[in-house]
Amino acid sequence: MIEQNSRTLLEVQDLHANVNGIEILKGVNLTIKSGEIHAIMGLNGSGKSTFAKVLAGHPAYEVTAGTILFNGQDLFDLKPEERARAGVFLAFQYPIEIPGVANNQFLRLAYNTVQSQRGKEELDPLEFDDFVREKMKLLEMNPDFLDRSVNEGFSGGEKKRNEILQMALLEPMLAILDETDSGLDIDALRIVANGVNQLANKDNAIILVTHYQRLLDYIVPDYVHVMEAGRIIKTSGKELAKELEARGYDWINAKSHHNATGVQV
Amino acid sequence: MSAVLQNLVNQPYKHGFVTEIESDVAPKGLNEDIIRLISSKKNEPEWLLTFRLQAYEKWLSMKEPQWQNVKFPKIDYQSISYYSAPKPKKKLASMDEVDPELLRTFEKLGVPMHERAALAGVAVDVIFDSVSVATTYKEKLAEVGIIFCSISEAVRNHPELVKKYLGTVVPVGDNFYAALNSAVFTDGSFCYIPKGVKCPMDLSTYFRINTEGSGQFERTLIIAEEGASVSYLEGCTAPQFDTNQLHAAVVELIALDNAEIKYSTVQNWYAGDENGIGGIYNFVTKRGLAKGVNSRISWTQVETGSAITWKYPSCILRGENSVGEFYSVAVTNNLQQADTGTKMIHIGRNTRSTIISKSISAGRSNSSYRGLVRVTPTAENARNYSQCDSMLIGDQCGANTFPYIQVHNNSAKVEHEASTSKIGEDQLFYFMQRGIGTEEAVSMIINGFCKEVFQQLPMEFAVEATKLLSFKLEGSVG
Repeated sequence: MIEQNSRTLLEVQDLHANVNGIEILKGVNLTIKSGEIHAIMGLNGSGKSTFAKVLAGHPAYEVTAGTILFNGQDLFDLKPEERARAGVFLAFQYPIEIPGVANNQFLRLAYNTVQSQRGKEELDPLEFDDFVREKMKLLEMNPDFLDRSVNEGFSGGEKKRNEILQMALLEPMLAILDETDSGLDIDALRIVANGVNQLANKDNAIILVTHYQRLLDYIVPDYVHVMEAGRIIKTSGKELAKELEARGYDWINAKSHHNATGVQV
Repeated sequence: MSAVLQNLVNQPYKHGFVTEIESDVAPKGLNEDIIRLISSKKNEPEWLLTFRLQAYEKWLSMKEPQWQNVKFPKIDYQSISYYSAPKPKKKLASMDEVDPELLRTFEKLGVPMHERAALAGVAVDVIFDSVSVATTYKEKLAEVGIIFCSISEAVRNHPELVKKYLGTVVPVGDNFYAALNSAVFTDGSFCYIPKGVKCPMDLSTYFRINTEGSGQFERTLIIAEEGASVSYLEGCTAPQFDTNQLHAAVVELIALDNAEIKYSTVQNWYAGDENGIGGIYNFVTKRGLAKGVNSRISWTQVETGSAITWKYPSCILRGENSVGEFYSVAVTNNLQQADTGTKMIHIGRNTRSTIISKSISAGRSNSSYRGLVRVTPTAENARNYSQCDSMLIGDQCGANTFPYIQVHNNSAKVEHEASTSKIGEDQLFYFMQRGIGTEEAVSMIINGFCKEVFQQLPMEFAVEATKLLSFKLEGSVG
């Protein structure tokens, strides 16, 4: 979905980040334009999920060097909730359970907070109910979800659908899907991928963080990046994912000498 | 993160002001003469004076309990004034004649009596430093035969009822604080629901401790006759003083055959400042007797105030098929200490009890759940379910659970579940990632955590409790 008139949405330069004093990201560079879908692949511990969390502003991660521009604005000037309101969305790898808080209540608060920040109309509970039910159809979700506590007792697949539902409600400019395919059976994967595809448009962009090529059969990326030891070591078109699937990550390792001594974290 | 938590904890107390009303205060100290003074000030009958003196005698031989998980300096019982009554400027015939300053105090407290009562359909029996000032809705209640008045008034107008039930659930020598209360109680509420009557509205009392250095010894007695039911609301707030004030109340509930009593409390007494200076010592004995078959006693409490809370609203399940319930939220912050829980004593056959306890600790506070479930040999097929959840905010607070289970009948089924959780970084981050700010996130998490208890509260109280918790913990996370 690469457009002629696309603009730069995200520009990451030489990003370094630590968690608990250990450096995980060691110089990430990445540019994303509106309308694009990027896949970031790599082994466990390569830094993919850390990168996703740093973009969203997780307080446990300390950025030690580099810059991130989002929509021309320095992302580090924004607190996590401000990033969310500005249009950065993270679909969590492990969505958090919140006992006693009804899903519809949580969804409406998030929706209205983001709406009011964007100068748009907030919805009262009844209006919101109609609105969210419509969005749920996209993900073939049972309306029961609305009355249950947020993610509590949800199956893996239900949690992931609930994440994409939130993406559908908040209409982010940049959606980062952190291993959204993990724990999904093939039907759920199809439904989730279908939802994501319907949400992708020429004005927004999507980052898919994943281990496996499987997801990319359903959501076709414009670019595939391979991450290792805290850097992006290879970038190519969608065919790269197939090649990785067939030949394994070692195949890249063998080709990229500069990173042969990279520490796996 | 802990800095935000700190801020939430450091909210000033909203209800800290003193009303300047001339009080009629007894000299400090406790002896037989003081008890006689209280009794004569109130024109009490001889049997009540005897009751007080018996309690005083018991009290003299008793020692303060030491087993609770709280620490405080020794209380000098001789430095407390045991009687204080606001001097009415003239005899009051209606609400219009109530001291306007007193009314303004209620306004400041957010209890505009007539409006509130009219709007919410709540009859409010206002207790102001131990003497009942005004009672509304009395006539409406009287139509269905309900007696709702101060206990002093009940002693005057319905002595046979008071005499029959007072001290039957909490005997004069029950414990140190109950004995003290029995000796010196000055006022409180009395409520009698006659046979077959469902009380048409929630009955509500607002307590307020107003005179510096005067202890408050409330006495409440509620009786539901056969087939009667009542929901009683108690809300408490006290102004701010540097000295610690003692509050030792006694509440007795009696439910006869097929009767139901629901007692809800929102307690927001002054908790002391961030260094633990001042605050109320809340040492309360609350107990309900489910005397008749199919009777039900239900306690719901939201405890957010007081420097120290020592309180175990209990149920004695004597009637066959009787039910006892205890739903509690205890919030502690700064240097507050709470040791609270319940006792469920199963005596009758097929008796059932439910305990849901939620504690939230922030700052350097400490919260303990202490509960006893006792199944006596006669209690065939007794059932109990207990759930005790603790939530910690920050890393300087503590939570403990002390469940005592004594089962003397093989047919009993007793379940206990406990959990401890922390408002964690990941939980808050999830909210923030959806655009929701820290304080709203904390408020939502806490209210979710307390939901099972808040659901038990009458509507207006539930709203108040939710606000109170948000206010209480504002600035304590982040």
